[in-house]
Amino acid sequence: MAYEFDWSSIPGALPFLLEGLGVSLKITVTALVVGMVWGTVLAVMRLSPIAPLRWFAAGYVNLFRAVPLVMVLLWFFLVIPQLLTQWLGLSPATDVRLTSALIGFALFESAYYAEIVRAGIQSVPKGQMAAATALGLSRGQAMRLVILPQALRNMVPLLLTQAIVLFQDTSLVYVSALADFFGAAYKVGDRDGRLVEMLLFAGAVYFVLCFSLSRLVQRLQARSAAHAAAL
Amino acid sequence: MSYTWNWAVFAQDTSMGDGSTYGAWMLAGLKMTVTVSLSAWVLALALGCLVGVLRTVPSKGWRGVATAYVEVLRNIPLLVQLFIWYFIVPELLPKAWGDAIKQMPPDVQQMGAAIVCLGLFTSARVSEQVRAGIQSLPIGQTRAALALGLTLPQAYRLVLLPMAFRLVVPPLTSEFLNIFKNSAVCSTIGLMELAAQGRQLVDYTAQPYEAFIAVTLMYMLINVVVMGLMWLVERKVRVPGYMGQ
Repeated sequence: MAYEFDWSSIPGALPFLLEGLGVSLKITVTALVVGMVWGTVLAVMRLSPIAPLRWFAAGYVNLFRAVPLVMVLLWFFLVIPQLLTQWLGLSPATDVRLTSALIGFALFESAYYAEIVRAGIQSVPKGQMAAATALGLSRGQAMRLVILPQALRNMVPLLLTQAIVLFQDTSLVYVSALADFFGAAYKVGDRDGRLVEMLLFAGAVYFVLCFSLSRLVQRLQARSAAHAAAL
Repeated sequence: MSYTWNWAVFAQDTSMGDGSTYGAWMLAGLKMTVTVSLSAWVLALALGCLVGVLRTVPSKGWRGVATAYVEVLRNIPLLVQLFIWYFIVPELLPKAWGDAIKQMPPDVQQMGAAIVCLGLFTSARVSEQVRAGIQSLPIGQTRAALALGLTLPQAYRLVLLPMAFRLVVPPLTSEFLNIFKNSAVCSTIGLMELAAQGRQLVDYTAQPYEAFIAVTLMYMLINVVVMGLMWLVERKVRVPGYMGQ
């Protein structure tokens, strides 16, 4: 083996890396929460009897799903700073990269969550809606009280899997030089001339986190399958 | 601040002295995106089928190897994998090989890393679909094939795979779309594909909206073409009597 490993720059860089991990998690959680809420709204719109709502939701979802995340992020790094400076009167020098990333990820992920929620709603038997409206609930009430709670339970594994994908995708904020976990690792590696060790370390950390989470999702899935079988 | 639209920018000369226009840069980017994605797709299909089959064979050892392969490639971000292929693998290879790689022209190195990285990354996802396709077949098919005296490889080749491949086509459509979208990540190692050409145009012309709109439209065009192609393939290979579509 020609390469001599030297891992000594990792311990000193840990606080900086942890800060980066914080940024990654912040983006993940924000996109997850906003994506779930806005995604559910989009999914309900997409199944609504009102045609313009359906078209809007379909257009939104298809547009975001057709474009690479990198491109969406570049768009938001271009457009959001200009809008913010125009609307809020911020000085153009303010660092709004994190805000742009948060908004970009949230709007992008919503399109994917909308599809998961739509599939979840469609997995609930039609008779449920018929029974709920026959009992005198309005369509909105039936959706909120009967359909969505069941749909959400069916979707939990898929939603969590998508969250793992999302966490991995946050590394793409690299295109704006924002120091998320990967960005931080790259910067340290570049500074110390230890790119090989830092990138391998970053890969290992992502692997351990994502692998344990996906194992957890699998166990959850097995448990809910056993629960469903017992019913 | 008002923005001055100038769509004629694509017909403008790049003043690089070779007479090319900014529009030609965009088309070169499109060509690179398609070349890299299609090459990676061939690799992903070949490896994905192999690993997908290995995940269903009786041998525990082979199943374990295939599972490890899939888990590693699925739980590390694409960007990290790309940087590992581009920056790190040449360092870790035996010195003579690493030096040979580093002496290649930069665009060849970038393309090579991009194709290998996207191909392997996608192969893990393809293998999951292939595995699901094989496992969706009744277990009786394997048993009947073996009982008739076929060897295990024969059972796969003659009974299981011809059916599984047809069932797997619809879910592969989204992976095929993903490989084009994921190729945009390769702009980070300097590969001059569509997204990178878009950014370069912004730097040269200061017309960001035209550049980004053109790139976005090209990705949508790729999407439509791929969906159309896969629709044709799906129609051709659909198994009569199965639900769906």
